[in-house]
Amino acid sequence: MEATKLTPKDFVTDQDVRWCPGCGDYSILKQVQTVMPELGLERENIVFISGIGCSSRFPYYMDTYGMHSIHGRATAVASGLKATRPELSVWIVTGDGDSMSIGGNHLIHLLRRNFDVNILLFNNEIYGLTKGQYSPTSPVGKVAKSTPMGSIDYPFNPLALCLGASSTFLARTMDRDPVHLREILKRGNTHKGTSLLEIYQNCNVFNDGAFEVFTEKSTKKAEALFVQQDKPLIFGANGEKGIKLDGLKPVVVDLNADGVSPDELWIHDEKDKTKATILINFFDDPAKEGHFPRPFGVLYEEMRFCYEDALALQMAEAIALKGEGDLDKLLKGNNAWTIN
Amino acid sequence: MTKTEIKNDVVILFAGDSGDGIQLTGTQFTNTAALYGNDISTFPNFPAEIRAPQGTLAGVSGFQLHFGSVEILTPGDASDVLVVMNAAGLKANLSQLKEGGIIVANSEGFDAKNLGLAKYPEGVNPLQNGSLDKYKVHSIDITKLTRSCLAGSGLSTKEMDRSRNMFVLGLVYWMYNRSMDSTIEYLKEQFKKRPELVEANVKAMKAGYHFGDTIEAPMTRYEVKAAVQERGSYRNIMGNQATAIGLVAAAKKMGLQLFYATYPITPASDILHELSKHKNFGVKTFQAEDEIAAITSAIGASFGGNLGVTASSGPGIALKGEAIGLALMLELPLVIINVQRGGPSTGLPTKTEQADLLQALYGRNGEAPVAVVAASTPSDCFHMVYEACRIAVEHMTPVFFLSDGYIANGAEPWKFPLAAELKDIHVNFAKNTLQPGEKYRPYKRDDKLVREWAIPGTKGLEHRVGGIEKENETGNISYEPENHELMVKLRQSKIDKIADYIPLQEIDSGPESGKLLVLGWGSTYGSIKTAAKEARLDGWDVAHAHLQYLNPFPKNLGAILLKYDRILIPEMNNGQLIKVIRDKYFIDAMGFNKIKGVPFTTAELKKKMTELSVKIRP
Repeated sequence: MEATKLTPKDFVTDQDVRWCPGCGDYSILKQVQTVMPELGLERENIVFISGIGCSSRFPYYMDTYGMHSIHGRATAVASGLKATRPELSVWIVTGDGDSMSIGGNHLIHLLRRNFDVNILLFNNEIYGLTKGQYSPTSPVGKVAKSTPMGSIDYPFNPLALCLGASSTFLARTMDRDPVHLREILKRGNTHKGTSLLEIYQNCNVFNDGAFEVFTEKSTKKAEALFVQQDKPLIFGANGEKGIKLDGLKPVVVDLNADGVSPDELWIHDEKDKTKATILINFFDDPAKEGHFPRPFGVLYEEMRFCYEDALALQMAEAIALKGEGDLDKLLKGNNAWTIN
Repeated sequence: MTKTEIKNDVVILFAGDSGDGIQLTGTQFTNTAALYGNDISTFPNFPAEIRAPQGTLAGVSGFQLHFGSVEILTPGDASDVLVVMNAAGLKANLSQLKEGGIIVANSEGFDAKNLGLAKYPEGVNPLQNGSLDKYKVHSIDITKLTRSCLAGSGLSTKEMDRSRNMFVLGLVYWMYNRSMDSTIEYLKEQFKKRPELVEANVKAMKAGYHFGDTIEAPMTRYEVKAAVQERGSYRNIMGNQATAIGLVAAAKKMGLQLFYATYPITPASDILHELSKHKNFGVKTFQAEDEIAAITSAIGASFGGNLGVTASSGPGIALKGEAIGLALMLELPLVIINVQRGGPSTGLPTKTEQADLLQALYGRNGEAPVAVVAASTPSDCFHMVYEACRIAVEHMTPVFFLSDGYIANGAEPWKFPLAAELKDIHVNFAKNTLQPGEKYRPYKRDDKLVREWAIPGTKGLEHRVGGIEKENETGNISYEPENHELMVKLRQSKIDKIADYIPLQEIDSGPESGKLLVLGWGSTYGSIKTAAKEARLDGWDVAHAHLQYLNPFPKNLGAILLKYDRILIPEMNNGQLIKVIRDKYFIDAMGFNKIKGVPFTTAELKKKMTELSVKIRP
């Protein structure tokens, strides 16, 4: 049967979208709906699973199969679904609190098992649905409803956490760059294994402007580093800055002043775990002097077997060894006797 | 000269260090007796620690087995034979030995060190001080005899000592005149790759057997004839094993893939071990990172059209509570197994209790009814978990299956069914029958109030489900006051309606009406049945009914309860079923409760029944 030609509209449900006006979630929803028809998937084979939080309302707005589960558990629900229905395209929508606070355990275990699913992690560095408490990604000093004197919780660097949990695909993008967001969504879908997409998302009600240095025109070029495979790390208002490696130490250089040619710069390689580790740790406070720009794009990708495939192999191997299960044999066991 | 006595039934208790291979010895004797045709009931009793300090009372592992030529329903209140590998084993179990009973003791386990560890006062050795005079004591240096029969085998002393349990088993086989064949077969299979261990163990067992013939102080041999059992094919089965096989059978019968997700916990883990061997039946087992992931991944599997099952014991079930609520909001099939143990909190991990009934019935936020069934005996685990699966799928609901440590590890002969004899289970995945322009309504219900199971991959039925209250029929989010009340009542009525699809309650034994009805549930079945039978033999008017369906109750239960003057409800908890019965039927039932981590004895139940019968005599 020929695949139905779908349009973004086919992924829109009849439900009113209930995010706050101006929320970054709208843009992400729009880009996901835009990208979906291009992925070559049948709508009925797509499942969106979420936990709890603002972002987790997402499935209600996607006209696919979907489940709005409970706080922090979307990753675990998705694991069970993917283990038993590997042919489905499974998308997890989660937030910084949902995935790294209450659901931190399931996130790391999903990553190490490497189920072939996509995680859209909306990071807004705040609890929105509970009305403004600090989150596990809020910076130290964050004044929020529950931290009037400033947060004393040291934040997670989500991508460093995920790399530590043996993630096989790590990317960062943002709500306010639709073109980049769509490109990363497609890359995530292509990756065989768990794709972790950290999406910077502005909560204009409780944490407005958390990422504006990366998203606003006036500062974006200087603060955001868009990496591309096999290309040197170059950034700056006029592309005048680069990063080179001095041993394992990254150094920001001025291409005009320091007399460094682009060939001498760090060339991005998604497959290089050591480089990815350094890149992911460009996470210092942009207000500080001598800081690094925040990297966006696909930072790391590796190929590793997926849990569901290994499971299917074992199932096939068991059948090859013992034959299809015979229920009568199982009921009888090895030590039966008969009374006549 | 050895003499042979004939006995109707015998209780043997094997006891020693948890590293002594006591459970294996007990299981082997059980299988051999079962193959011979005895009726059997067993009860292993082991410490929480895998290898508690050697020789201490805390480290005593026991295996009690009751076999006979008559109907056997319990592991027995007290033992006829106590086989102990060390002083601690004797001290911990002597009170359970009948007067005049037989003690077989490994004398090497009664040296100064072991006596000290067992906390006997200095200089006191019970084997030598006459304190055991009212028993028949056979003090044998099993360690020395085992080592000498294995001399020259090339095994280290430590390895030789591991065969001591086989020497004991051989001796007990001799006492009851049993064949060693099935154990020899077992050893060959178990140590396939270590033929030297097969040889050593068989040699030790044979040495034990022949020792019986040559022993200086003659031992009595006993004959326990085969029981008269119904015609048919039997096997020996433990509760957890029966649970595992029941799940496989249900999935196979439904044509669904079984997805069993769990986190290791005593005493439920053996179900996982058993199921993980049956991948060729399409069984997928998933050892999740925690209890919550176990149940939520099972929910994910059910959403995908598989038979999602999770299992745990009380503490783990507590962690799953929120997700059970999700499953009932989603109205998806899910089987939740609770192999109960002593609580609360970590409680008594290796001991038994039936104190999670109220947790199963009510332990969730909001109005959250689910179906609950319970097994009465090890083999009943098969039937009731099968029923749990049937109800889950046919009524689109989470179902609790309650077992407990006693029947989970206990064993009995089971007249197993043929696959073709098992009840059919109807799985109807939703099909797209929508008219053009018609929207799919995932929460539309049939006359059982059950919604359809529309699974991903079904074109045109794309829909969203979730834990937020949903509008009737459409399933859209709804916070409307009237709708919420309607949905709460619909979910309750859906569970209540299951009563139309389960068997009516029957009286297990005794008169259909009369003075006293003993109403039980779960693993108390064997001891209540035996006690009620004995009470009737004494002339008392006692009936016994045993509940397997606890939510909803069978439709005729209320009517049955009205047919007796008094209702007695024995439970291994502080009174849980009784609360529900009083609440639902407004009946002044009486409780009889034991919360000691061990099952009721027949004697204490019979005493209670007799006391009550005396009181209600006109």
